[in-house]
Amino acid sequence: MLKINDLHARVEDKDILKGINLEVNAGEVHAIMGPNGSGKSTLASVIAGKEEFEVTQGSVVLDGEDLEDEAPEDRAHKGIFLSFQYPVEIPGVSVTNFMKTAINESRKARGLEEMPAKEMLKLIREKSEMLEIDRKFLSRSLNEGFSGGEKKRNEIFQMAMLEPRLAILDETDSGLDIDALRIVANGVNKLKSKDNAVVVITHYQRLLEYIVPDFVHVLHNGKIVKSGGKELALELEEKGYDWIKNEAVV
Amino acid sequence: MDLKDKLISSFMAFENNVDIDSAVHDERSDAIKNFEEKGFPSKKEEAWKYTSLKSLQKIDFSIFPKEANALDYKDVKRYFINEIDTYKIVFVDGIYSSFLSETTHDGVDICLMSSALTKPMYKQVIDVYFNKIASKDESLTTLNTAFSREGAYIYIPKSKMPKKPIEIVHFSTGNEASLLLQPRNLIIVEENAELQVIERHQSLTENEVLTNSVTEIFAAKNAIVDYYKVQNDLSTASLIDNTYVNQKDDSVVNVHTFSFGGKLTRNNLNFYQNGEHIDSIMKGVTILGEKQHVDHHTLVHHIQPNCESHQDYKGIYGENATGVFNGKIIVDKIAQKTNAFQQNNNILVSDKATINTKPQLEIFADDVKCSHGCTIGQLDDDALFYLQTRGIPKKEARALMMYAFANNVLESVRIPELKTRINKLIAKKLGVNLGFDL
Repeated sequence: MLKINDLHARVEDKDILKGINLEVNAGEVHAIMGPNGSGKSTLASVIAGKEEFEVTQGSVVLDGEDLEDEAPEDRAHKGIFLSFQYPVEIPGVSVTNFMKTAINESRKARGLEEMPAKEMLKLIREKSEMLEIDRKFLSRSLNEGFSGGEKKRNEIFQMAMLEPRLAILDETDSGLDIDALRIVANGVNKLKSKDNAVVVITHYQRLLEYIVPDFVHVLHNGKIVKSGGKELALELEEKGYDWIKNEAVV
Repeated sequence: MDLKDKLISSFMAFENNVDIDSAVHDERSDAIKNFEEKGFPSKKEEAWKYTSLKSLQKIDFSIFPKEANALDYKDVKRYFINEIDTYKIVFVDGIYSSFLSETTHDGVDICLMSSALTKPMYKQVIDVYFNKIASKDESLTTLNTAFSREGAYIYIPKSKMPKKPIEIVHFSTGNEASLLLQPRNLIIVEENAELQVIERHQSLTENEVLTNSVTEIFAAKNAIVDYYKVQNDLSTASLIDNTYVNQKDDSVVNVHTFSFGGKLTRNNLNFYQNGEHIDSIMKGVTILGEKQHVDHHTLVHHIQPNCESHQDYKGIYGENATGVFNGKIIVDKIAQKTNAFQQNNNILVSDKATINTKPQLEIFADDVKCSHGCTIGQLDDDALFYLQTRGIPKKEARALMMYAFANNVLESVRIPELKTRINKLIAKKLGVNLGFDL
């Protein structure tokens, strides 16, 4: 589904990604771990198409199609979803109205009619119940005054509404208490299917107890320095990142 | 002949058509003297530093429209809030159009300034209110006073409320190559009474128009007034709006100003709080492009204790548009426990657009709460990216953010159909059709 080949990217003359290779197939869950500043969030942003990052070499290919010139919204229409580490507050736009706009813009891009209001409401009800979101919450301004946990839960709610083929969860566990973490992870697990894929970006192993990865990759200094199964996450938790760094130097 | 000289010499011709043996005319005579002395304000004056009237003065404006011009309702219908029933006071090239208007004397007076100034039955009210709050030394106000003859006259007696909102609409048809209009409105809302007004100036052709308007609003004890100014004129139409509001105890006056077009727009909005527990609310949304210019000058004079004022102006400036916000708040020594709030936020969406924003606080009391803030920024790239990753195209994402930015100001619009109309105007200005109302 997703194929990243020798990806190099920079921001303001600073090289951040220095040759990433990664292949994600439908039905798989990948975890990308690594110390702070290793390039995890940059990788997520580059896949989602953030303009500030300049791809200097390599490619991101989705279903055989190079995404190089695709705007973020076009990538979203093709099924890429990024759950933000720091979701942005949009005062004056309710969660419901925001989702209506997002869904209908995606449908428009695919040549579909707008979703009928009744169907939209049903979908909103269904997905908000799944994530144990209070209905009142949906009429509040997007992310404005939301707690850290509410913001993250709202990200997963958006993911549930948009049903992406490839979901990238950037530090979705940060700022979550254990109950919220469980609800968010359950939501992600329910959305998982043989047709879609999830990439979980995290600093800690904690979230991976709930969203169990098929593959774990360790990012260091803009490169994937080690890949393995879910047991690699446990090893990292135990030993920290230093041994990886040392190994990388050797 | 420059415009000032032309106006002064026209005053004599004007006198041939009005009753010169009246108290009102004494006011006019004093006013023309003041204007003759001061002339048009220049950029040397602090209050006009960023707005120049120089090029307008070079235009050979007709001072008196030659004849009454008829308009077909179907051709101008879209400029009215036609989703609801309203009273209408409509002028075409400065002349009252009875055909397009709907006035009333049923319990309230919603009619014409020309009758109020001349008919004996209104004399008592005119003596008490006419030109009592309007400035006697600001030159453009006095210019209007000198030529005051026509406009809207609204009198709402104690505890009354008109059955429907009132629209005051001025059309200019372009029958003159360039036309100067000077409407004069007098609005009196007595104790416990309530009023909603929507005012609009609309040029129908590319011919040059300059409107120098004065509105006096008197809100008595416990009165509630909502006044909406819709400024979405063509790029050959300029407006100088001078509005004076006098408030008594416990009254609430809201003025919303929507500035979406026009060549040059200057809003002089002045509030005088002559009582206690008064609330004065000024809100504005400005969305300009091309070479349009708007200048919002507000003044709130807190004269008595325990009053509030709230100002919230949002501006979005694109292309070569220029904007000014100058918010002056005076708190007199006895006006303790004043709560004055002022905010002006701006987004520049082009490198060539400019905004000058300035709070001006003169506080002589020591137990007051005055807060002010102004910001000038661009749209946040991270927020744009966030919306785009949800599948919302960049153009719509920008519009959505600008929409959200202006939203606070729309929330307080109490006529739902007007709110919808403004929503649509904003969407149109931003060049998108959003699938919902905020």
